[in-house]
Amino acid sequence: MMKITAYADRVSVAPGETINFMVNCEARRFTADIVQLICGDLNPDGPGYREKPVKTPANGTYKGRRQVIHAGSFVEVAASEPLSSLESFTFAAYIWPTTPARSEQAVISAWSHGAQRGAALVIGPQGLGLRIGAGKGRVETIRTGKALLSHEWYFVAGSYDAKTRSVRLLQEPLHQHVGARDAASKNTKAKHAAALGHGEPLIIGASFKQFDAGRTACAEHFNGKIDSPRIASRALSDAELQAFKAKRVSGALLHDLVAAWDFGADITSVNVSDTSPNRLHGRVVNMPARGMTGYNWNGEEMCWRHAPDQYGAIHFHDDDIHDAGWQVDVSLTVPKNLKSGLYAARLRCGKNLEDEDYVPFAILPPRGQATAKICFLLPTASYMAYANEHMGSDAPIAQLLGGRLVEHERQDLYRNEHREYGASCYDTHSDGSGVCYTSRLRPILNMRPKYRSWLGGTGSTLWQFNADTHTINWLEAMGYDYDVITDEELHYDGVAALEQYKVVITASHPEYHSKEMWDAMDAYQQRGGRLMYLGANGWYWRVAYHKEQPGVMEVRRAEGGIRAWEARTGEYYHSFTGEYGGLWRRNGRAPQRIVGTGFTAQGFDISSYYLRKPDSMKKEVQWIMAGVGANERIGDFGLIGGGAAGLELDRYDRNLGTPPGAYWLASSVDHTDIYLVVCEELLINYPGTGGQESELVRADMVFYPTSNGGGVFSTSSIAWPGSLAHNKYKNNVSRITKNVLDRFVGNKPLLD
Amino acid sequence: MVDIHDATDNYRPTPDDRRLIEEFRKNPIGHHSPDLQRLLNRLRGAPMADKFCLVVVKANREWQLAKTSGVRGKPLKMLEQRFTSMADAEWYVFRQRWKALTGESLRD
Repeated sequence: MMKITAYADRVSVAPGETINFMVNCEARRFTADIVQLICGDLNPDGPGYREKPVKTPANGTYKGRRQVIHAGSFVEVAASEPLSSLESFTFAAYIWPTTPARSEQAVISAWSHGAQRGAALVIGPQGLGLRIGAGKGRVETIRTGKALLSHEWYFVAGSYDAKTRSVRLLQEPLHQHVGARDAASKNTKAKHAAALGHGEPLIIGASFKQFDAGRTACAEHFNGKIDSPRIASRALSDAELQAFKAKRVSGALLHDLVAAWDFGADITSVNVSDTSPNRLHGRVVNMPARGMTGYNWNGEEMCWRHAPDQYGAIHFHDDDIHDAGWQVDVSLTVPKNLKSGLYAARLRCGKNLEDEDYVPFAILPPRGQATAKICFLLPTASYMAYANEHMGSDAPIAQLLGGRLVEHERQDLYRNEHREYGASCYDTHSDGSGVCYTSRLRPILNMRPKYRSWLGGTGSTLWQFNADTHTINWLEAMGYDYDVITDEELHYDGVAALEQYKVVITASHPEYHSKEMWDAMDAYQQRGGRLMYLGANGWYWRVAYHKEQPGVMEVRRAEGGIRAWEARTGEYYHSFTGEYGGLWRRNGRAPQRIVGTGFTAQGFDISSYYLRKPDSMKKEVQWIMAGVGANERIGDFGLIGGGAAGLELDRYDRNLGTPPGAYWLASSVDHTDIYLVVCEELLINYPGTGGQESELVRADMVFYPTSNGGGVFSTSSIAWPGSLAHNKYKNNVSRITKNVLDRFVGNKPLLD
Repeated sequence: MVDIHDATDNYRPTPDDRRLIEEFRKNPIGHHSPDLQRLLNRLRGAPMADKFCLVVVKANREWQLAKTSGVRGKPLKMLEQRFTSMADAEWYVFRQRWKALTGESLRD
């Protein structure tokens, strides 16, 4: 298990700028060193692990301290006079609980755990409850005693009259299931008085625990949706509660309205608006899901922008996490002479692997100034989508997809036990709903050198970040000069981030792209840029970055594609931007349109090889295969599954957008039946979609020229970089890659 | 506990399927006959509770057998067996699963 974990406040940094590292360390001291990452693969059968220490002022020994993560989302409303002066009250909301049988979960709480004072509308195995307290030993929870159904809407209310100590509970299902017996109301007297004037924040979706190093920590996290929470300053009558429910608030009721939050009003924001005269606005903490269908969603509209009044729900989860909020331990101001590249902060508190952690980041060239002709584009959006993925420990299908036993690394064991580190967009929350947001402001323990992932096939078993170090390693070994930038430069700076480069090289699996990123890459190609896509399943999912909060990204697993979970109907639109989410293919931009090939099949056991196609013999493109025999197997070797064609594969398809001028240079063959055609191709499912039978299970190597002298070369296989180092870089995968890179980086036209 | 999915009885090995044991032993990972693939789908597709898995001891050189708990946050159960090849690990787990499915103990 890991004794040290860390993250950074940014993923890329230019010379002269500062990057901060936040460290959780069980030991009293740790050492920090900045290293340049060359090859992160520990496999003794490979080229060997390689990093280069770099002298910086940040290197040194630091005091260790434990830092924890407070997971679980909620809305925080700062303490204020209208809330703290409440004596009598009514709390009400629509709720859609997803784990109602679990222990107590707070819907609306003006509660102090320290003082045991206040009031909280809660749910639990005994249904709706109202907890009131006036200090230790004077706490009482009154419950309906009728269990709530999960995934059903209810209108719930709890009121308290300070003069009579009368308590009223209302648990009103919106469904009409016969025999459900979950409707309840209760009138009783409380033994103790409620004392709300404790000066602590009001919380929706949890209850306040403490302030901890600038963070608000809560307990009793609610799983499920809350819609239209509101508070009145007296115990409402039955008729008034029905008016509250119908949102017909006028006259005397309006005067006694303390707060009425509208979660449909600020869906793209972290802000939450109170529509009452008090304007008790709040903010969401830990990114609960917004833009979610509300109690009144009727299926007529699929987009929250068209009917925000039907999207007044926020889905809270007890394992949501945004910003871990740790204190800074190490700061690096990047020396001006440090070359752009892939770097990491290496943090050690002992001699074993479990005593170290690495926080990778890109050092950019100076702002606005390329320092090489070649740019390696680090796919940080895709790393974020997979950040802290738990399928190896949570998903029964993992051993079927891998065709072998799952291997766990120490990071996997740690993440399994520390669920507060948050999940990936391949996981589900503890209530079974999909994880649609991901943050890099927390340790991402699977984005590490030396890490192996169960998805990475046999052999080195590498996936994403650590697999991508094989491309970096090859660039270094072959003596190429290159800069490294990330998806965030592409997103925020647009084509300006690329246009000084003669060649852009992708990583092995650049799967996730925002519209800004897509447009920038398209513009780069059409303005004469040259792209080497040395991977597969690229440009697949559309994503959105939060407009207010850097480092947070959204994915909606909408109506097609290979999905680890499925967005609920009506929840296909990004809450961050209002864009329709899901596959780029279903957004009118299939991957074939931007890299010539698109996702066609996947399997995670062994890889295979390519054979040349007739187009590769054509005179104008013979330079690509120079030195490769006409019948030679391409890449029947390698560290990722034993071949260059493997894991995920892309296909040439004119109907999906492969340019008519594309040369279909080679195709892979002979994949196992663990490889299956992607589900978006299976409009009617049919037998024979495995690698041994289906002609759709193949990686197509493609080249095509673009406008103004540009071009695209696509290998269409995630395993490709794992074959580059074979036989000390003397092999046909390395040769083809070099042929293309040398031609792309030069000034000759791309067609002979 | 064994990690065979007993909720389904769709496929169980027939006496004739004993020939698949040798096919698996020769090549536990990679190309398989359709019959062996069907058997492996059954053996590898169990839920996560008490499911065999490996923990990396030394990259590409040593693994320790373990079982997942099936409960989020609950640690893996580490077992005694260690392996120096993935094929050995696969063969060991195959024998445990075969026994759970058929009652037959296979010799090493």
